Amino acid sequence: MNFKTFKIGGVHPPENKISAGTPIEAVELPKRVMIPLSQHIGAPAVPVVQKGDKVKVGTLIGEAGGFVSVNIHSSVSGTVAAIDTIKDPAGFAVKAVIIDVDEADEWEESIIRTPELIREITATPEEIVATMKSAGIVGMGGACFPTHVKYTIPEGKKADTLIINAVECEPYLTADHRVMLERTEEIFVGVEVMKKALKIDTAVIGIEANKPDAIEKMTKAAANFPGTTVQPLLLKYPQGAEKQLIKAIRNREVPSGKLPLDVGCVVDNVGTALAIYEAVQKHKPLFERVVTVTGKKLAKPANYLVRIGIPASVLIEKSGGIPEGTAKIISGGPMMGKAAVSAEFPVTKGTSGVLLLDESEAKRHEVQNCIRCAKCVAACPMGLEPFLYEKLAEKGRWDDLDVLNVTDCIECGCCSYTCPSARPLLDYIRLAKANVGRIRRERAAKK
Amino acid sequence: MDNLKVSLSPHEKGRLTTNKVMWLVCAAMLPALVSALFNFGIRALVVVVASLVFCVGLEYLIQKFVLKTKVTVCDGSAAVTGLLLAFNMPSSIPLWQLFIGALVAIGIAKMAFGGLGKNPFNPALVGRAFLLISFPVTMTTWPVPGATRFVWNIDAMTAATPLGNIKLHAFEKLPDYWDLFIGTVGGSLGETSALAILLGGLFLMYKKIISWHIPVFFLATIFVFTGIAWFIDPEQFVNPLYHILGGGVMLGAFFMLTDMVTSPMNPKGQIVFAVGAGVICSCIRLFGAYPEGCMFSILIMNAFVPLIDKYIKPKRFGKEVNYVG
Repeated sequence: MNFKTFKIGGVHPPENKISAGTPIEAVELPKRVMIPLSQHIGAPAVPVVQKGDKVKVGTLIGEAGGFVSVNIHSSVSGTVAAIDTIKDPAGFAVKAVIIDVDEADEWEESIIRTPELIREITATPEEIVATMKSAGIVGMGGACFPTHVKYTIPEGKKADTLIINAVECEPYLTADHRVMLERTEEIFVGVEVMKKALKIDTAVIGIEANKPDAIEKMTKAAANFPGTTVQPLLLKYPQGAEKQLIKAIRNREVPSGKLPLDVGCVVDNVGTALAIYEAVQKHKPLFERVVTVTGKKLAKPANYLVRIGIPASVLIEKSGGIPEGTAKIISGGPMMGKAAVSAEFPVTKGTSGVLLLDESEAKRHEVQNCIRCAKCVAACPMGLEPFLYEKLAEKGRWDDLDVLNVTDCIECGCCSYTCPSARPLLDYIRLAKANVGRIRRERAAKK
Repeated sequence: MDNLKVSLSPHEKGRLTTNKVMWLVCAAMLPALVSALFNFGIRALVVVVASLVFCVGLEYLIQKFVLKTKVTVCDGSAAVTGLLLAFNMPSSIPLWQLFIGALVAIGIAKMAFGGLGKNPFNPALVGRAFLLISFPVTMTTWPVPGATRFVWNIDAMTAATPLGNIKLHAFEKLPDYWDLFIGTVGGSLGETSALAILLGGLFLMYKKIISWHIPVFFLATIFVFTGIAWFIDPEQFVNPLYHILGGGVMLGAFFMLTDMVTSPMNPKGQIVFAVGAGVICSCIRLFGAYPEGCMFSILIMNAFVPLIDKYIKPKRFGKEVNYVG
């Protein structure tokens, strides 16, 4: 096989894909779910239900609050208990619809619940894009960018390749891997739908070498879908980052401040392809997703099909409960995930995993002097200089940082991961990015 | 669960630590140490042990009583300096002079600039430069390898180094390549064996502590530069292989020019740095007053590192335009 990868930077963290062999399992519904109204980048959805309203599975509960926004649907049948603020993983208050779950689990009639594959695509490209918005489709790799926005190609731009991100380069996470093994055909029809929406014929599915079974199964299935191919990729983090993936597959570099579309590519997660299949072919809005619940000390690491709004604590309980000595609960993977303040945060459209780390894994090492080993420079996939950014950020020299392209940083964490002196490089870079952004906005406001 | 740790990503940390880097560098110097003991015997052992004790001890005392900061001698960086300083000494160096060298290396070149990672110049080389200028006689008296193995008082058993003979145009006294390669020649105690240094250097490359750019470009530059001189006038100048294998070039290429703290931060800068050092080293050797120019070439290029880092940047992603829409 012809394995490809991106050129500059990257690291090889231990894979720890302990739940890779565990088939996707459904999760029993709890008594209550909390569905945040802002699970995406952009304007929050506007609630269209009130306390006491009856809802079914798939009922619209929040309407898109603008162009860069999507609808939110109920993931359960029951009664709206309240529209209130809850805490997201990081502990920030977000508005959510809280629903008391009933026993019936009644679905909206429009949703086709039969398992057979619907290959024929009757929707027009315009209808597909409209469905993406109305069905609440967002990028499910974690960024949660409303998908219909990417598929609304501006005047003068043209896409020639759809890239499906099935890299799953984050250690521990196996949700995409399992989806590829268990929902293969549906993903491919989803890709056909996406190709139709973009009016193009070429799609490439990028999968890393640590998933040989998925590469094999997907390659076999690709034979039935002309124009769609599987590209095996060498193992290297952060290959799942949009720009690095385009570089690996098409050898094109997205310039600083530009989008994949500027080099003729549209990139979507493999989970998003499945969600698009279900939305367009089965009229099923996005109200459930596959979540990896994992950790070295966890009794039963697993992959669950989870309705949006179910608290992470329910999933952890199903996997054997929080093990003794757990010091960190992460929403997402260990490289880019967010540390949670408690296990009570709800699963959202972007929750790819819940990871539990014990004291020794969660401990940050003692910071030593920078020995100028240059490992952060070598590891940076964007060709930046993290050591210099840290030094300048410590001194608050934001203007210099702006000139030195600190905003190109994709926050993959390779620098902090690789630093032998355990310096908090990315922490300072985030501080710098926030300040540079503020200065740029102030400058723009003055003009 | 109400005592969860919350921090920004990444939540995973690579296993390489600064202490490990330093101790791996020490380990990589073991073959050269063995060669030093084989050639120069007990005096070499005494110099190495004394240098280690002086450097580590001085760092400890300075951190504890002068700076009153946290004592970090366990990070291994003082041991690296101690070993390198000893490797740059003739085995006959009086210990009180060695102590002064260690004081300059650790006290002035390292701790005065802020300790680990903050020194602009390689501490061991600053120590050596200070001694060479202060005690030119003892610093250029070279015990005969092998013969001085079990002898304490070796004043009578000294000879010129290969580079010294080159400078004096005593080409007939030059040892053959094999002696130069395995190190049974006169010189500083840790620099004579190209083989031992190469072993250590390859180990560091395998462990990804150093990259190939600096040693390869440094040695290649010297080879080409001295080669041109030899090609033009073989009567006046010597075969470039002598310049590669003789003197401190090998030790410099793998252990001192590659010192992380005092070398540039990206491959392009490292190449400029190594080529610059190679040119300076060749010039001093071919045309200068000193037979050996390796030490000065490294110290001079150390001074250029901030400039190189400022103007030579790594290749940024997104600069390569290979798509026309």
